[in-house]
Parts: sequence; structure tokens; C-alpha cells
Amino acid sequence: MKKQLFQLDRRTFMAGLATSVALPGAIGLSAGSAFAEAQTPKRGGTLTTVAWPGTTYMNAAITTSGPESFLSPKFFDGLLGYDFGMVEKPALATEWSIAEDGKRVTFKLRPGVKWHDGEAFTSKDVAFTFMEVLKVHHGRGRSLFADLQAVETPDDLTAVFVLGKPAPAMLKALDGRESPILPAHIYAGTNIMENPANTKPIGTGAFRLASYERGASVVMERNPDYWDEGKPYLDRIILQYIPDASTRTAMLEAGQADIVFLNFLPALDTLRLAAMPDFELVEAGYETSASNQQMDFNLEREIFKDARVRHAIAHAIDRQWIVDNVWHGFGVAGASPLHHDQRAFYTTEGVPQYALDLAKAEALLDEAGHPRGANGVRFELTIDPTPYGDESLTAAEYIREQFRQIGIQLNIRTQDYAVFIKRCWTDRDFDLCLYTAAMGADPTIGVQRFYWSKNFKPGVAFSNGSSYSNPEVDALLEASQVELDPDKRREQFAKFQQIAMTDLPTLPVVHTTRATIGWQKVKDHTVDALGSLGNLANCWIDG
Amino acid sequence: MPRYVLRRLSQAVLVMLLVVIGSFFLVKMAPGDLVDVLAGNSDMTADQMASLRVRYGLDQPVLVQLFIYMSRLVMLDFGYSPLNAAPVLDVIMGRWPVTAILVVSSVVISMTVGTVLGVISARNAGNPIDLSISILMLVLYATPSFVIAICFILFFSVFLGAMPIAGFATVGTQATGFAYAWDVVKHLAMPVAALCTFYVAIYGRIGRASMLEVLKLDYVRTARAKGLPERRVIYVHALRNALLPLVTMAGLQVSALVGGAVLIETIFGLPGMGRTAFDAVFERDTNLLLGVLFISSLSVVVVNFVIDLLYMALDPRVELA
Repeated sequence: MKKQLFQLDRRTFMAGLATSVALPGAIGLSAGSAFAEAQTPKRGGTLTTVAWPGTTYMNAAITTSGPESFLSPKFFDGLLGYDFGMVEKPALATEWSIAEDGKRVTFKLRPGVKWHDGEAFTSKDVAFTFMEVLKVHHGRGRSLFADLQAVETPDDLTAVFVLGKPAPAMLKALDGRESPILPAHIYAGTNIMENPANTKPIGTGAFRLASYERGASVVMERNPDYWDEGKPYLDRIILQYIPDASTRTAMLEAGQADIVFLNFLPALDTLRLAAMPDFELVEAGYETSASNQQMDFNLEREIFKDARVRHAIAHAIDRQWIVDNVWHGFGVAGASPLHHDQRAFYTTEGVPQYALDLAKAEALLDEAGHPRGANGVRFELTIDPTPYGDESLTAAEYIREQFRQIGIQLNIRTQDYAVFIKRCWTDRDFDLCLYTAAMGADPTIGVQRFYWSKNFKPGVAFSNGSSYSNPEVDALLEASQVELDPDKRREQFAKFQQIAMTDLPTLPVVHTTRATIGWQKVKDHTVDALGSLGNLANCWIDG
Repeated sequence: MPRYVLRRLSQAVLVMLLVVIGSFFLVKMAPGDLVDVLAGNSDMTADQMASLRVRYGLDQPVLVQLFIYMSRLVMLDFGYSPLNAAPVLDVIMGRWPVTAILVVSSVVISMTVGTVLGVISARNAGNPIDLSISILMLVLYATPSFVIAICFILFFSVFLGAMPIAGFATVGTQATGFAYAWDVVKHLAMPVAALCTFYVAIYGRIGRASMLEVLKLDYVRTARAKGLPERRVIYVHALRNALLPLVTMAGLQVSALVGGAVLIETIFGLPGMGRTAFDAVFERDTNLLLGVLFISSLSVVVVNFVIDLLYMALDPRVELA
């Protein structure tokens, strides 16, 4: 199945060139748009989009859940933004510098920024947000900012982060989605999780909340006092929560929605619409939410203690087949514990790969002392695919067929989400667990948790589920947490990728890619690494 | 009559108690709880999960949880829905009107259309008109409502571009009065029609049979003998008696639709009671689920009471005791 999936639009491509970063997978450019004239943005108009499920809160400082990740950056700014390739650019902070020893990071804040209620934004807000909110209530912030000892505020427009040890990953996690800055004057001294402002956001962001119907819709209106002069271009963004994916497709096709972000359409519908001249498919702009589909081996099971069994299983699964037929081309065959969007660190050089080779798989199983029995079966296993989306279940069905050929009988167990989470990470009552998880803007944020032995924490979802423990890997991961030299850090992660793929406690199945599909008239929705998970301030409608 | 009301009231309380307690145990029997779902959606430490369990009372034994819930319910406190970050009552109040309009309009429309078709069929029993209506009924009866819903969307919205697909009203407009009402009508036309089709067939079949039976009765012959116009004989004398089984069906339809329109609510993106209950089950949001079930069973009980009164109005021989 060969499809032209990577039709990058001109703006994305030029923006990519401008920052001298090659976009991975840019294998084809649609000729029509590549040579179009540059257009001046037009002000006004309403952008309608659809998503599911509905949101609980309106800011992502107190949760890492998906719906909030999309909404938060519209209402709240972060200290930084990111160009393609996760290159830092100014947002609420205009300048930043890291001290020699890496333990002090100084941010110069943008003057004249106002909260939606008219109060002035100051360094107090920054100090409050990091110390009282992100360090305490944010799922990833708790570990990411664990060594943040204080935020000093010598004046209203300077914030100095004082760190116990250097934290290079921190600078990749300061956008309005990962670390939105909350107003201290609204939140200080209150119960943060239950503050009414969690559903009536007061931010500094490009849009303000106009109305919210719980579980049905969110209407955002332009913030006329936004610090980025002249932006946003749109008057309003309407987000409707639509549970049925086919209905979302019908809405886009009928023009009742203008654009759909984050793979909220079925892959086949996305491809069908992308083939029509009125629609445009963009796969860039999801660098902060890069996700892998991966399969954990439960290393507490006797059978998986032998690496040969894990290798045999890897040789039996054609990951490219899963990319083509399960993900319909929206992904790359799994080759590393990292995601290819983590461009600075991702590598396959010297990293063991396990090409489809059933004969080799059988030989490895024989060698490991698991001969075929009288009925041709070597042993029996159970796989638990996540019920989140159908990709894991479909992939599990393929894996069952592959296993049958090498003499492993695989049972697929389906359950609802609550049971799945509890079984795999609390009860640890599984053999193989197949799911999709976010790898983070930096490997320290998103990848480390699956391989670090200190993160083997039964009861915590999406922790080290295989119960993998390798002191060498631990040392590499811990060193990379505090390594300021990018080259050394790259070497540490290269070594980590080699070892992780040799030990193979977790099999990376697919590095997924995400898609935005919208009408051609919607312009400039994806201008940097954050894409639709940014503030959409550059987005405009032509016509 | 007062004795009747009292008896019905005590029955209603019993029914609702059974519904709430029964569903409470059903939800608790399912493995995993709300905190597992929250932790799966958002990174959490074990400490945080434990403190959330304490906050939502999930650390208590199941019977204690039930006792706490019931004692709050007596004060009409439905509790808090963590996944909506709002009190359960607020969530339900936002969704109740959607379901109410959906149910009432589909009951009224399907009953009217079905009855008329049934009467026409009965009057033309055996001839081609009856046959074609019967075939139509069979098709409506056999086609699942979600298939009809999808066909509607593809034809009226995607192909013709005439009808709004999802939601209760256009989002973000400030329309009021007639303009708003018209907007709602346009949004609900397809879902209501899709909910109606099956019931039109049911009412049609029941109406036809019951009409045929009534038309054979002596009093109808008397009415005709008196020289009353046929129209009056059919629609006044005969129909009133033929309506009784249809009213019973209406009671069943209301009960079925209050929580059972999940598919249609899902397809048309209508945040109604059915969809809310459905999601609450998977999110293990016990408070919200029980709140929805409580309000739904309350309305079913009320509707059935009204239907009993209707019986009495239609047929004075029926006594409520």
C-alpha cells in the first residue's frame, strides 16, 4: 500500500526551511501549493472544529489529559514557543539565559502583557505557577520540576529559576500546552484543583472564553488586547464535541466544520478527503505530542526472562505491515524507544532491528527451549490491547496470526479502559500489553518513564510496565537528565537506544504520525512545532 | 383517588430505590474505579491516586459508600462529577432539556403519524392502500434507527447541504425567540425523525389491529345506523376506544427513549441523558450515573402516572384504585 501521505503545504515547508530543519518524511510536495503566491492574512471569521471527548478543565497546568492540552494554549501562554524541530522562540519570555553550571535559568518577561481581566502579568505569576501549581498538580511537572527549588523574582519582569541540578529537558516543556502560566491573583491562596477559574479561564492567551456548554461545545473569542500586535486573525474558534467519528467526517465534508486536528477523523476518511482538491492534509505540528504504539513484555513472567523469546517475538511481527494496514500509513515502523520527532536524539544507527523473519523466530524459540508440542503449539500467551482507539486491537489480531505461524497461541483479551489500566499497571496481571503513549517533547519527559527501573511503580499508569531494570540504562537516563552539552546528551541517548533495543523489554511497534485535515481556505494553522496545540494566533480564513 | 396517588407514590419510591441500589452495585462490581480512569487520562503518582480516592470516598467499603450516597440523596444532594468538574445536578440540568424535547417530540410525532396511518390502513383493509402502508411499516420496522440516521446525514447534510448535522442549536449564535426556536427545530428534525421511524411502524400496526377490532363492535354499527358521517364515526366514536393500546405503547416508548436514545444522541452529537449515562459507566463516574438513572426513573414513573390518568379520561370505565 503506497500512498502519498506527506503532502506538506508550502507554508509548513518554508517555515521548515527558515529554521534550517529538515522535516522527516517530506517525501512529496503537492505541486499546486508549493508554488502558490505568498498571501497576506485576512482578519475576521470563525473557525469551527470538532473533537472528542469533552474537556474537564480549561487549563493544562493541573492535568495532562488530551482535551485540556488542546484548549489550554488558546487561553494561556507559556514562557516559550517552539519552531519546527523544537527550537525555542519567545512567548511570555523574550530572552532567556542559562548559567554556566546550569543551575540558574533567567527569563526576561514581556512587558505590557495583561490578563484577560485587565490585571498586569508579572514575574509573581511565573513563580506562583511553577512552584505552587506545576510542581504540585501537573503529572509530568512533578518529576520535571522536581529539582526546581525556587523561582526568584528580582523585579516584575525577571524570573530566575533556581535548580538543584541542571535540567536540560525543562527548556522543551515551557509552552502553553505543557506549562501554561496561570494568574496568581486568581489562584493564590485557593484550592487550586477546585478553583472555579479552572472552567472559566483567565489567561494571557490569544483567545478568551466566550461560552462553554459542558460536554457539547466551547466558543473562544479573539482577545483584542493580545500582546502579539494584530493577532489573532480569527474572531472566534468554535469547538464542538462530537462522539461519533463518522459524524465528524460528515461535518467536515458538509462544511459544518472547517478543520479537524489530532486524527479526530478515521484514517480512511482522512485519506479519502485528502484526495479531494478542496481539502488539505498536514502532518506537521505535532512534535510535542509524538506518540508510539508499543508492546510491553511482562518481565515478571518466567517465559520473558529469556531475551531470545522477546527477540523471537520481535522477528515475528512485521511493523511495516501494521503501519500500512492498521494505521493506514500514518506512522513509521517502530525502530527505537524514542519517536522520530525527537529529532535531536532519535537514531537507528547501531540500534538492533528485528526484521520479519519467521524462520529465525522459530530457531530462537527452539534454542530457548520451547519446542513445538504435539499439536504444534509451543506455549500460550495473552495480549491486552488498549481499548483506546481500535488500532491496538486490530494490531493484536494481526499479531495473533503471526504468532500462530511460529507456534505461539495468542489469546486477545478485551476490556474497557478502567479495567485495562488497572490490569496492566496495578494488578500486573498480563503477559503482553499493547498501547499508544506520548513520548514527550524530550525523551527525559516521555520515554524515560518506561525504561527507568526507579519508575517501576505498580499502581501508576504508563510507568515502567515491563518491570525492566538495567543499571547501565538507569545510569544513562539519569546522566542525560542533567547533561547540558547537547552532543554528550545525544551520545547518551544513542547508547540508551542501542541497549533498550537489545534488551527489548518493550517492543516499539509504530511511531505514529498525526494528521490535520481541513478545507483549503483555512490557512496557517500549522506554523511551528506546536501546530494546533499552540494558540492558532496565525490561523486565518481565506474567503 | 388520593389513595391511588399515595399507593403509586410509594411504588415509585420503591422502584427508584431499587434502580439506584441495583445500579450502584453493578458499577461497583466492575473492576477499576474513577481514579483508575483519571490516572489513565493524566499522569499521576500513587500518592496522588490515593489522595483522590480519599477525596471521592472510594477508599471506604462499598456498603459505607452506598450508605453515604443514599443519605446524601435523601437531602437531594446528587454529589459531584469529577470528570465534568461540576455538581451532578448542574450536569443533568444541562442535558435534561435535550432529552425532554427529543422524547416528547418523537412520541407526539410518531404516535400521530402512526395512528393516522393505522386508521387509513384499517379503513382500507385488504386493498392496495392497506398493502402499501403495510409494506412501508415493515420497512420502517426493520430498519435500525442508526442506519436511517446515517442515511439522513449523508443525503440531507452532505449531499444537499441543507441540514445541520450535530448539536442542539447552532453554537455561538445569539439568536433568540422565533429564530432560536427555528434553529432548534432544524437541528432536531433529523434525530427526531430517526427516533420516530421504528415507533411509527409500531403505532401503525397496533392502531390498525385495534381499529379493525373496534369497527366490528355494535356501537359503531349503531353510530352508522344513526346516519353519522363516516369521518365522525371513525375519528370520534371508533378512534377513542382504539386509542387505549396506543397510549400504553406511548408509556413504553417514553421509558425506552429517556435513557435509550444513546445511538441517536451519539450520531447527532446531542448531549442527552442516554449518552451521559453511557459515558458515566465507562468513566466509573458513579455519582453521575446514579443521578441520571434517578432522574430518568423519576420521569418514567411520572409519565406512567400521567398515562394512567389518560386512560381514565379516554375510558371512564377504567377506575384507578
